[in-house]
Amino acid sequence: MNQVRSLLAALRNLGDTFGEAFDRMNKWQKYSFYGILVIALYLAPFWPDVPVLGQIVDTPGTQFSTVLNDQVIIFVLVALGLNVVVGLAGLLDLGYVGFYAVGAYVTASLTSEHANLPWLLSLPVAVVVSMLFGVILGAPTLRLRGDYLAIVTLGFGEIIRLTAKNMEWLGASRGISNIKKPPSVLGLKFGVIDPKPYYYLGLTLVLIVVFVLHRLEYSRVGRSWVAIREDEDAAELMGVDTFKFKLWAFTIGAAVGGLAGVHYAGKVGFINPDNFPLTLSILFLAAVVLGGSGNMYGAILGAVMVAYIPERLRNFADKRVFVFGVVLVLMMVFRPEGILPKRVGDEHKKRRNKTTNAEVAQ
Amino acid sequence: MSEILLDFDNVTMQFGGVTALSEVSLQITRGEILGLIGPNGAGKTTCFNVITGVYSPTTGDVRFEGRSITGMKRHHITKQGIARTFQNIRLFSQMTALENVMVGADSRKRSSVGGAILRTSRQRREETEARERAMELLTFMGIADRANNAARNLPYGYQRRLEIARALATEPQLLCLDEPAAGFNPAEKQELNELILKIRGQGYTVLLIEHDMNVVMKVSDRVAVLDFGRKIADGPPEQVRNNPDVIAAYLGVDDNAS
Repeated sequence: MNQVRSLLAALRNLGDTFGEAFDRMNKWQKYSFYGILVIALYLAPFWPDVPVLGQIVDTPGTQFSTVLNDQVIIFVLVALGLNVVVGLAGLLDLGYVGFYAVGAYVTASLTSEHANLPWLLSLPVAVVVSMLFGVILGAPTLRLRGDYLAIVTLGFGEIIRLTAKNMEWLGASRGISNIKKPPSVLGLKFGVIDPKPYYYLGLTLVLIVVFVLHRLEYSRVGRSWVAIREDEDAAELMGVDTFKFKLWAFTIGAAVGGLAGVHYAGKVGFINPDNFPLTLSILFLAAVVLGGSGNMYGAILGAVMVAYIPERLRNFADKRVFVFGVVLVLMMVFRPEGILPKRVGDEHKKRRNKTTNAEVAQ
Repeated sequence: MSEILLDFDNVTMQFGGVTALSEVSLQITRGEILGLIGPNGAGKTTCFNVITGVYSPTTGDVRFEGRSITGMKRHHITKQGIARTFQNIRLFSQMTALENVMVGADSRKRSSVGGAILRTSRQRREETEARERAMELLTFMGIADRANNAARNLPYGYQRRLEIARALATEPQLLCLDEPAAGFNPAEKQELNELILKIRGQGYTVLLIEHDMNVVMKVSDRVAVLDFGRKIADGPPEQVRNNPDVIAAYLGVDDNAS
């Protein structure tokens, strides 16, 4: 127990040291840091070819870049969207897979089943339709709070899946195939064999979403969300239009979830209702909570872990879900706020000072 | 200067069989400090909750600047110009002190999702205004040194004052303080008295709920007394202090004597 605790404390100090070093950097140093990080991420499909690093990260049985796109990118996108709903606005959504499914089904319908639009054109339509579903689900249910909202959203996810399963118009249980691929640009060919172009596209989508959500978080909108999460009644009495901003949280979350669905449909080319089970909603939520609910970068980290670790542990195929479960339980015991919780103001500096003082006092 | 800012007209508030307020009428004049006192359970906080729209009165009407605000949404009432603090502190604990006050200031801003994503010039201007105003208020309340601390890490006295700063940030005309001195020692109460007078000096009208007779009597221009949901006295502090009904409500009466 104590060893685990001190390990976690050491990790936290490491994080703080890094954070402080980052705070001290000037504007250009920060920009170059971001630049290098982005380049490294775009080069991620080649990580397995790097000595040492390759042996650590490479996934047995599945091509690394397939894992990157089909698992990691999808989970990161979804976690980013879900973090707005659960992490910022504090609305427990257990049916988030529903929006993911809506995005995928709109693209499938428009590019294959009912029309012949290109993938790129289906993207904005799918995002808008997902947002509409966000409003349709949110408007009547956002009067509910906590557990009650969770139950209703849980039902929503199932309704979407069962509707798709039973509607001949949506391909029923056989699903929809021949979904169009993204257009080939910049020498990238979106084919069947090479997953790298999809990863580049997905990473670009992630970066755009991060940019947009960052702007939202540090604005009146983001403050309203956090105020609602902290104390909904007090927020309303301080002039926050709680209903409006909760609906916005749902809508924006739905848009990002739908976007993930569009990307998924474009990659796999074939979807059916079984791609959108309830367990996926739970895993999405686990990603956000594990990483650090309320912190976008925490949610990304959580998503990477939830998506990547089971693939990395494929050699223990039978036991990997068990190991994953144990990791989650340990997390909830030792660090319920998530691996990377949000730092509020300058409190991390205070903690550092306190530890230094304590060391001096000894 | 005798314009009636808030007219609490013949309000009755019932919860099932319990009558929390019974035909209470109360007028607040612009620019005054009105103290609202009464024993525990007299209906003081219920009064606040009716004014700020938390409850809708069973009968009666609340008018603010001549307009009825009964049944209005709570955030609309705030925008009309009524702000409040809470008896049990209800800050946004995971936000910094500055952000807490900015939430209040945001209630006067208009930019929303589109503005935030595109960083329009209006959004940037409003953001700067809100930040500056929030900083000003923190300085005014004497807590600016902890502006970047999470609200939950602030000392108790700071939290109480932060609540007032957050309420002031909504640019109210009427500020309702619900036991702002609860848990304070005499020196802190003295400071708070001065602060309340300073707030009134800035042109705010103040409605003050307070248990501590010393605070109320010193600060208020007028005092209203509630007991078992009824208003039993209303007048200048000296007069109320000597009112036999008020003494009876606070000290109890000898059943044999009456």
